Amino acid sequence: MDLPARTSPVGQPVALYVTCLVDYLFPGVGIASVRLLEHLGLTVTFPFAQTCCGQPAYNGGYHREARPLAERFLDVFHDVPVIVCPSGSCTTMIRVEYPRLFADDPIRAEQARAIAARTWELTEFLVDGLGRADLGLRLPEQQTFAIHDSCHGLRHLGLGRQARALIEAMENARLVPLEDHDECCGFGGLFSVKMPELSAAMLEKKLAHIRACEAPTIVTGDVSCMMHMNGGLVREGAFRQVRHIAEVLADGLPEGVRHAQ
Amino acid sequence: MHNEAGQFIANARQALANPPMLAAVKRATDTADRKRDLAMFADGREHGEALRQQSATARHRALSQLPALLEQAEERLTANGATVLWAVDAAEVCRHVQEIAARHNVRRVTKSKSMISEEVGLNDALIAAGIDVLETDLGEFIIQLAAEPPSHIVTPVIHKSKETIRDLFVERLGMPPTDDAQTMARFAREHLRAAFLSSEMGISGGNFIIAETGTLCLVTNEGNGRMVTTLPPVHVALVGIEKVIATLEDYALLTQVLPRSATGQALAVYTHMINAPRRTGEDDGPEALYVILVDNGRSAIYESEYAEVLGCIRCGACMNACPIYEAVGGHAYGWVYPGPIGAVLTPLMTGLKEASPLPNASSLCGKCKEVCPIDIDLPRMLLNLRRDLVVQGHTPLPWLAGMRAWSVAARSPRVFDAAARAAHAVQPVLPKGKKLPLGPLAGWTASRELPQLAAQPFRAWWSEREKRAAQQKAEESDDQP
Repeated sequence: MDLPARTSPVGQPVALYVTCLVDYLFPGVGIASVRLLEHLGLTVTFPFAQTCCGQPAYNGGYHREARPLAERFLDVFHDVPVIVCPSGSCTTMIRVEYPRLFADDPIRAEQARAIAARTWELTEFLVDGLGRADLGLRLPEQQTFAIHDSCHGLRHLGLGRQARALIEAMENARLVPLEDHDECCGFGGLFSVKMPELSAAMLEKKLAHIRACEAPTIVTGDVSCMMHMNGGLVREGAFRQVRHIAEVLADGLPEGVRHAQ
Repeated sequence: MHNEAGQFIANARQALANPPMLAAVKRATDTADRKRDLAMFADGREHGEALRQQSATARHRALSQLPALLEQAEERLTANGATVLWAVDAAEVCRHVQEIAARHNVRRVTKSKSMISEEVGLNDALIAAGIDVLETDLGEFIIQLAAEPPSHIVTPVIHKSKETIRDLFVERLGMPPTDDAQTMARFAREHLRAAFLSSEMGISGGNFIIAETGTLCLVTNEGNGRMVTTLPPVHVALVGIEKVIATLEDYALLTQVLPRSATGQALAVYTHMINAPRRTGEDDGPEALYVILVDNGRSAIYESEYAEVLGCIRCGACMNACPIYEAVGGHAYGWVYPGPIGAVLTPLMTGLKEASPLPNASSLCGKCKEVCPIDIDLPRMLLNLRRDLVVQGHTPLPWLAGMRAWSVAARSPRVFDAAARAAHAVQPVLPKGKKLPLGPLAGWTASRELPQLAAQPFRAWWSEREKRAAQQKAEESDDQP
């Protein structure tokens, strides 16, 4: 992992980059992120001009289509000190791929490096940035979870221990292992649309491990993987489900905060 | 070898309809991957990781000095008594071997496993010249009998169950029926032993050539490699030009990671270091040793941004770790090199257009880089090959149009929002709980439900909240006396 050095975000206001999938498909994940961050006393903003980071186009090889979106991102977020994003793969796009995408443009490359240093994935921000694994959360009743490590966060950002630390610190939460927790669910963005049978075969293997898992709830840090695994679980009418870490943690907020308007 | 990489999707579909084959692949790759992890990190994560990084450095150093090392290797090999030949492409490799065979009146050839010989179609060329060719690596022996290409570079017969192999031996070689793998191996061994004794030329590959000493290194497990390189009067080794390393010390390092990564062994059963043909007064070894240094597209890769892939030591760890290889096996990839390394090498060696599905045959999970003993960034290369595909126009028009539309819409939050709302309005009419009859998501929905677009997107929630907060503030100030 070759990530730029960064300064401490403690005491800084936070701009939320919710990602387009969270914005339009899973807004609850964005809302949960806001509640968690505000619960810690942080000032949260939502730059309204944000859209897609360009990852689908970029990963498909369509750099010409990805580039204007990456440029927009750099412009929209250019003056915020800290960017927090509830997605390992979108954070990877910003922190790892933007500087590469703009390798031929010194001005944009410099902006991209600066933005990369200020961008944090949510669990990484909480645990490594703020140094807070224990957020003082308490679930209303005992629940058991297992973690699926999403590929980009795991292998590009070194995520994994942060989510585990956050859940373990939550009262009434118990963590159990998931077999092959670091193996891909088969989503891969456009891959699952271009080669759906192959992607489905990979998903089936993941679902077999989920079915055999003691925990009824599998936790992950990317709504894309969550959407894919739940797509399979819902279709088969399974009682298990995959949830995003932000929503799981937000369940442990005090009653009044969780359901605040 | 015939190239079917362009039919990857159809081949994969066919593979998915063959559960017994996939079960054999899954069992073998799971075991190999677990053994690799245990062997590489037997002395702790830190030690194994250091071993990987040192190996990567050794390979990078060799590649950066490749032209000079090749000249040094040629000089030392020649001084040691070997004959060094260069081959620019497949045809030249075959021509060289045919000429050597003619020179030494060779009618019978035994081979140990060589992926380059698959690459250049050597067996067919020799058979066409009236020469008998027998593969002696047990796996290669089996697939030669079955007239199939290998499906894995280390364990070529990984796709076959013990039972299929038994049936093949019974039917083709008259083996008395047995279910005992050891008995079957002994049967093959006896069959091969006679061939070794009558063989007039042995053909091998080569795992490394040490430039400073002019040593050809072979890492094998079955002993057939030793037979092939010492019993026949002529030994021909086919070695890719990228296989040259600088020093014995580098070999000491790489020979640790190769068997650990390939088969989970701390050391392979046979580690051959061949310095010369038989010298006066020596009892064994061939009378003549030929080393053919094969380019076959490697120089072009060396000149490209993908040069790092030439650091590959062909351990096969990326195949064993890859969820896609596991899902479809090696034949789907359509050429000599399957799995993640094949998805990069095949387009580079046989043409991007011809192999266009392969760079897309990945979820970019990154596991291949994680397990590679040379830390080759295969996922990044796949990403860059996808970019090359688009730049060179080898992308389906509907995909390009779709991506353009997405890109244009996402440049304006208002347009993006309107598009999402339109999709939200349309969504209720889509059938639920079953496959969509047509459209780009038909395949996706065959086994997965689509997520529902939210009635209230996050941004709408945020605006409302802001509005409420502003209102509250205004009311509070109104309340002030």
